[in-house]
Amino acid sequence: MTRELTIKDALNEALRQAMEADDDVVLLGEDIAGGAGRDEAYPEAADAWGGPFGVTQGLLGQFGRDRVMDTPIAETGFVGASIGMAIAGMRPVPEIMYVDFIGTSFDQLLNHAAKLRYLYGGKVSVPMTVRTVTGAGFRAAGEHSQTLYSLYTHIPGLKVVAPATPYDAKGLLLAAIQDSDPVIFMEHKRLYMTTGHVPEEPYTIPLGTASIVRAGDDVTIIGVQKMVHTALEAATELEQQGISCEVIDPRSYSPLDTDTILTSIRRTGHLVVVDESHPRCSLATDISALAAEHAFHDLRGPVRMVTGTHSPVPFSPPLEDLYVPDVPRIVDAVRSTLDQGRKGAEAVAHGR
Amino acid sequence: MSDTKMPLDLDPADLLPPAEPVQLLDDEGTLHEVDGYPLDLKDSDFRDLYRYMVLARRVDKQAINLQRQGQLGVYASLLGQEAAQIGGAYALDQQDWVFPSYREMGAALVRGVDPGKVLHLFRGTWLSDHDPHEHHFGLLSIPIGTQALHAAGFAMAAKLDGSDLVVMSYFGDGATSEGDPHEAMNFAAVYEAACVFFVQNNQYAISVPLSKQTKAPTIAHKAVGYGMPGYRCDGNDVLATYAVSRKAVDRARAGGGPSLIEAVTYRMEAHTTADDPTRYRTPAELEQWKRRDPIARFETFLESEGLLDDAFRAEIDEEAQAYAKRMREEIYDAPHGDPMELFEHVYADPPASYAEQRALLQRELDEHGTS
Repeated sequence: MTRELTIKDALNEALRQAMEADDDVVLLGEDIAGGAGRDEAYPEAADAWGGPFGVTQGLLGQFGRDRVMDTPIAETGFVGASIGMAIAGMRPVPEIMYVDFIGTSFDQLLNHAAKLRYLYGGKVSVPMTVRTVTGAGFRAAGEHSQTLYSLYTHIPGLKVVAPATPYDAKGLLLAAIQDSDPVIFMEHKRLYMTTGHVPEEPYTIPLGTASIVRAGDDVTIIGVQKMVHTALEAATELEQQGISCEVIDPRSYSPLDTDTILTSIRRTGHLVVVDESHPRCSLATDISALAAEHAFHDLRGPVRMVTGTHSPVPFSPPLEDLYVPDVPRIVDAVRSTLDQGRKGAEAVAHGR
Repeated sequence: MSDTKMPLDLDPADLLPPAEPVQLLDDEGTLHEVDGYPLDLKDSDFRDLYRYMVLARRVDKQAINLQRQGQLGVYASLLGQEAAQIGGAYALDQQDWVFPSYREMGAALVRGVDPGKVLHLFRGTWLSDHDPHEHHFGLLSIPIGTQALHAAGFAMAAKLDGSDLVVMSYFGDGATSEGDPHEAMNFAAVYEAACVFFVQNNQYAISVPLSKQTKAPTIAHKAVGYGMPGYRCDGNDVLATYAVSRKAVDRARAGGGPSLIEAVTYRMEAHTTADDPTRYRTPAELEQWKRRDPIARFETFLESEGLLDDAFRAEIDEEAQAYAKRMREEIYDAPHGDPMELFEHVYADPPASYAEQRALLQRELDEHGTS
């Protein structure tokens, strides 16, 4: 019998199983316990919250305050302290409440977490998993709605993972926590309530393996995190128009499973990348460049990117809805690359 | 109704540093007893402290020479700060850990680290070739003050592990303006971590004097804001830096939590070999601090105690020469390694894409020759 869980509950289960399996796994962050500082006075309130999205709910009660720590409000502080804990041999899992707050901890990630293995010549590891929350569509304004995938993907020494399904969320989080290197684990706030099959027993999904979520022949659509679902909707609509789409979820942006992506592009000859991030220096441009460099002669139409605009995510609800790529834009992009490809082929056939 | 009591059972007055820096040896090298800072040192410890200071000065001089000879890219001298950093590190046990800044070659010696191995960091040959887990001595941290958080986190982990080890983090006066040491001290205090924050106040952050860095009465006063004691000592008096560190380390080991030490000292050399200090400080100031040389002062004391004779001097001198020789052998023309090392140690298991980059680099090297 299949068991359905939300992504939120799949992540909660992964954290619980990681902590049960290894005493060195500890959680720390702002409000992750929720009221831990007051639990002598209000024992019933101590485990009330589990963060704004409730991912860590209930873990305080099972593992205690030494392993589920509400920290002072200081991202540099708890990321830097996590690095120290990791050097000491622990596997800390700090949570940055919104990826937008990661700026204050950037130096510790960029110059320390990412570089310590290298600087120490391999004699030190930083097995830390930074969980954080991405994404627009939550009416949360520009400082609580970014994705920033590419900021971390750019940095050698970091791994970057962003699941789109409950099954992947659990398997990737368990793999990230077991990994010897620092992993930025990105959870999309609009996907927390997405449900799907999740086995009860612990399992891992290797970081750096993409998932073909829908097989197809005419065009390859790469969906970035939440956009996987939007791409699937578009694929269903396009199927009714006789267009067969292959939808790929890279799942891990660093390392990136370039083989799966390129194999698909070489077969379909068309690429559309859907990423709700800003267009410049993004995963969309990165994957487009990958196709240009390694699959140029297999492409039969121009690469299309469907992205957010190069402006902050708007607070205005109608404008925010315009910002996030939707099904019609993906459908247009797919039709456009196929049309252009057809015109090009006809031109060649007619010797023009 | 909210609780209006002070959150901790602490009288801020108890956390304040003394009005004057703690000094056990006066400028003339005469020992004075100071209440609350008993000395638990044997004759062999006095000799050891002296030995480390002399070795550190020789190692420092050798490193500067190696830089002048083009063997090191850059080097940050500790000249004048021997007493400050050696007195601190000497108060630690074997099990304890040090997270240093880039100037801590003296502390490295106390931890038994081969200075030649560390200098690879400044040559760029290989990054730092010492084993942190063997010596419990972290990387010489180049970004300012960031290592203080690693120290706090390490101490938090040790506490969770039930260990009574103490972590000492060194940083400078300039670093106290950065956010990381602030957050580190706050975290260590909140989690009652066994962490001692040791500030060598050498008066300048490159060219910027302390007066432009803070309006706090002293750096040690900042401790009160974290709910930890602030200690302040004469950083050119190795017995004072040791005694104050002893107190802070014992307190931390006994579960009393973190503390902040300010050792008032002076950097006699440039910030690093890359700047010219005559452009930002006066000869008179330098002269004044030269008269307060930490090694000369300690020598006077040792002589008066009959602990320093020609044989011991000769023994240390020989050891210092041996250290310098070893450094030259380690660093001089040390090869820059295989270009393929570019891909080593970025990740524990290199991702598949690295094979492609490796092959590309190899192809370029084959076509255009090795560097």
